[in-house]
Amino acid sequence: MALRERAMVSLRSVPSLPKHVRIQYDPVRQAFAVLSPEKVFWPNEISLDILRRCDGRSTVGHIIADLAAEYDAEQEAVAADVIAFLQEWSDKLLVKL
Amino acid sequence: MSEPLLPPIGMLAELTHRCPLQCPYCSNPLELLKANRELDTQTWLDLFSQATDLGVLQVHLSGGEPTLRRDLEQLIAGLSARGVYTNLITAGIGIAEGRIEAFADAGLDHLQLSFQGARPATTDRIGNHRGSHEKKLETARRARAAGLPLTINAPIHRHNIEEVPEFIDMAVSLGAERLEIANVQYAGWALANRNALMPERAAIDRQADIVAAARERLTGIMNIDFVPPDYFAIYPKPCMGGWARDAFMVTPDGTVLPCHAAQTIPSLRFERFAERSLADIWTDSPAFNAFRGTEWMQEPCRSCERREIDWGGCRCQAMAIAGDAAATDPVCIKSPIHARMALLIDETRRAAADISADEAFIYRRIGAVTELA
Repeated sequence: MALRERAMVSLRSVPSLPKHVRIQYDPVRQAFAVLSPEKVFWPNEISLDILRRCDGRSTVGHIIADLAAEYDAEQEAVAADVIAFLQEWSDKLLVKL
Repeated sequence: MSEPLLPPIGMLAELTHRCPLQCPYCSNPLELLKANRELDTQTWLDLFSQATDLGVLQVHLSGGEPTLRRDLEQLIAGLSARGVYTNLITAGIGIAEGRIEAFADAGLDHLQLSFQGARPATTDRIGNHRGSHEKKLETARRARAAGLPLTINAPIHRHNIEEVPEFIDMAVSLGAERLEIANVQYAGWALANRNALMPERAAIDRQADIVAAARERLTGIMNIDFVPPDYFAIYPKPCMGGWARDAFMVTPDGTVLPCHAAQTIPSLRFERFAERSLADIWTDSPAFNAFRGTEWMQEPCRSCERREIDWGGCRCQAMAIAGDAAATDPVCIKSPIHARMALLIDETRRAAADISADEAFIYRRIGAVTELA
């Protein structure tokens, strides 16, 4: 029995995309698609910016700081959004923590 | 048409109708095609290439049993080279040593493995193939060892509905990312076997509670997709997400269809790839345009606020039960003949009480239907 547990996002988590999920530019629709088994997602710009940083090297803390700088926004506000987004995507097994 | 024609996202390729299993709810048509009618490798590759140009992002390689095609590695590699997300839908029986690894090397993204039961005796009986359960477990292990993401597909009916908790435990223990608890849809073989397959309402209610609890418990561990049985529903499913809206399928001989059962609608004529380009078929085929969008709808669909949620439901079910492919799917509570669904449930329950299960199955075999006639 594989003893797996629900992963919870923390600032030290290092998110990556699992093997069954990939981001791909679709030239027909001229947009980025997230491909997963059975489903195709069309992320908005902010979601895409988060997902692109899920590279298996950057911590969540680092991703938040990076995005706050890029969007010229408060770290706290960015943190709440990023953590909620990653938890939701992790719960759907679309992001690995 | 009310909305602009969008490019298709998904394609289901039924590479062959050959299969080692004989499941009595198979979604293939009653008249199965023999091997000599199958498209050759190059034609499939051309079709995949045109599909990609048209906007297809995901291809589901299915059958029959797709691994019976010796060129499957080549087909996967062709799709992978074009960046298409590939999903292999397999029964997981008789796959030669080294081939699963070869599929992974060719670029396969995901493998979906069917289990007819959570218990060996059930799996073997439903597929009419002794030892199949054990082989499927082995396929699951090999897929995981090859690093392939895994979905377990469990088609549910009266003979395995009580095994739903065991299906869930089995899928977790096999390391699957996803489990589909998919109640059988009564078209094709399943319609022919409806009396033997239809579950009791109480079992369906229990199943819904079990799945809801498991989803909660397994959040972040395994996704569970649940397809409820629509005879017991009040609103129909948005079949295929709407007729010819964002997906299509291709039969082993290259016939392009909006859905599995579309050929049961006698007024429609479907076209074959190679005789016509895929783009032409998708855009201009009268059969594809017959039920696209909402213009074709009759009342009560036409003025219904759900018309772009469920798209009128299933055209083939409307054909089978209402005798009119353009009617509201009778599953819908707003259908003037919705009461017929309850009568059908009663009728199948009475019929099921009279016969033992094994005698009742018409197993899926080439020629089985002509034998019946």
